[in-house]
Amino acid sequence: MKLVIVDTECANLTSVRFAFERLGIEPVITDDIAEIQAAERVILPGVGTAAAAMRNLQRKQLVQPLRELTQPVLGICLGMQLMTSHSEEGDVDCLGVIPAQTKRMQVGELPLPHMGWNTIEPGNDNPLVNNDESPFCYFVHSYAVAEDEFTIARCRYGDSFAAMIKKDNFIGAQFHPERSGAAGRAILKRFLESGTC
Amino acid sequence: MLAKRIIPCLDVRDGQVVKGVKFRNHEIIGDIQPLARRYAEIGADELVFYDITASADGRTVDKSWVERVAREIDIPFTVAGGIKSIEHAQTLLSMGADKISINSPALMNPDLINELVDEFGQQCVVIGVDSFYNEQSGEYEVHQFTGDETKSRRSAWQTKDWVNEVVQRGAGEIVLNCMNQDGVRQGYDVEQLAAIRAHCNVPLIASGGAGSIAHFVDVFKQANVDGALAASVFHKNIIAMADLKQTLSDKGIAIRPIESF
Repeated sequence: MKLVIVDTECANLTSVRFAFERLGIEPVITDDIAEIQAAERVILPGVGTAAAAMRNLQRKQLVQPLRELTQPVLGICLGMQLMTSHSEEGDVDCLGVIPAQTKRMQVGELPLPHMGWNTIEPGNDNPLVNNDESPFCYFVHSYAVAEDEFTIARCRYGDSFAAMIKKDNFIGAQFHPERSGAAGRAILKRFLESGTC
Repeated sequence: MLAKRIIPCLDVRDGQVVKGVKFRNHEIIGDIQPLARRYAEIGADELVFYDITASADGRTVDKSWVERVAREIDIPFTVAGGIKSIEHAQTLLSMGADKISINSPALMNPDLINELVDEFGQQCVVIGVDSFYNEQSGEYEVHQFTGDETKSRRSAWQTKDWVNEVVQRGAGEIVLNCMNQDGVRQGYDVEQLAAIRAHCNVPLIASGGAGSIAHFVDVFKQANVDGALAASVFHKNIIAMADLKQTLSDKGIAIRPIESF
């Protein structure tokens, strides 16, 4: 299995790499377009701000190549938000491979960031989590994608929002599977094993 | 539902886990890696590694254990202690730490908070606050350099004002350590935590005083904190994680069940 983690120059690259190493895979961290295109699975990680991450991808001329990927791609946290059309965080256009919008969370009196372990409720069409399970996953974010037809798992904090989204070969997870214990490990394993995403 | 977090804190000195009473007389508990693994396996929701020597000594300490911990565990962890610069924070985060926690250096240079938030995002930046209840003045005072009793001293800040200040500067989470309670296992300072909670709109973590399961119930029910940090009750097996989580859950507190490995 050739797995590439796109080098977005974000800080959580290491923990994503270690999570796959625990599953017996040696991922390649790279921003080389040819190497990304040749991978069987691609991870788009990210922490920080959408505007900064998009700037990095533009500078590396990765925007169009990432849009055109056809193998299964998993976006994690900010990586998921980068898959949407637009993020309110820095008012920036993102990759647009999933036509959803990333917005500041509306949580009333609850603390933000939404930080900690929360349950996700997967839909029938979720290839990575069975719909009779609602595992606790680890979240850290203040922006989120609203529930829509691309949502394949939702989560509640104030309003409900998309915990996972999917369109074609692109899947996004708002939580951090690499930091979500056995539940996260199972999701990453299913991503590696899933033939058709 | 967002679960309340149980956060074992591993105080680190010279690469080993230690624990003192009221920040003093540190005794060695054990090596970092096996303890981190054990806590992840028994159901800790998160870990904090607090390098208690670094800030007070003003030296750069070997942090290579951060990468070994990141390799080992699949729950989030925070590294605290002596982080004074963007570069230092960058090193720890790139080794795999999920969050960095700043205490004394933020008091010396509050702009550091803004710089860290701008560089790494709010979600990475935790501010640790050592709060001491002064019985004579009746006020909560922020102390600094508490890792070393010869250097530990009062800052100019009152706790409530300092918490407001750091939140305004973009801190993503507050760990409020109530010094009078630390290590003596008489319960969290619920009154102080509830007062801070009332005007703290970022996650708030209680620290200092856990001695029994009832103390965790009280701090979640009465102070509505997002997480509770504790050290000695876990290191000394005074509380079993399974019993703690079961009791909290029975009391109607949202808790992540322990996963089977």
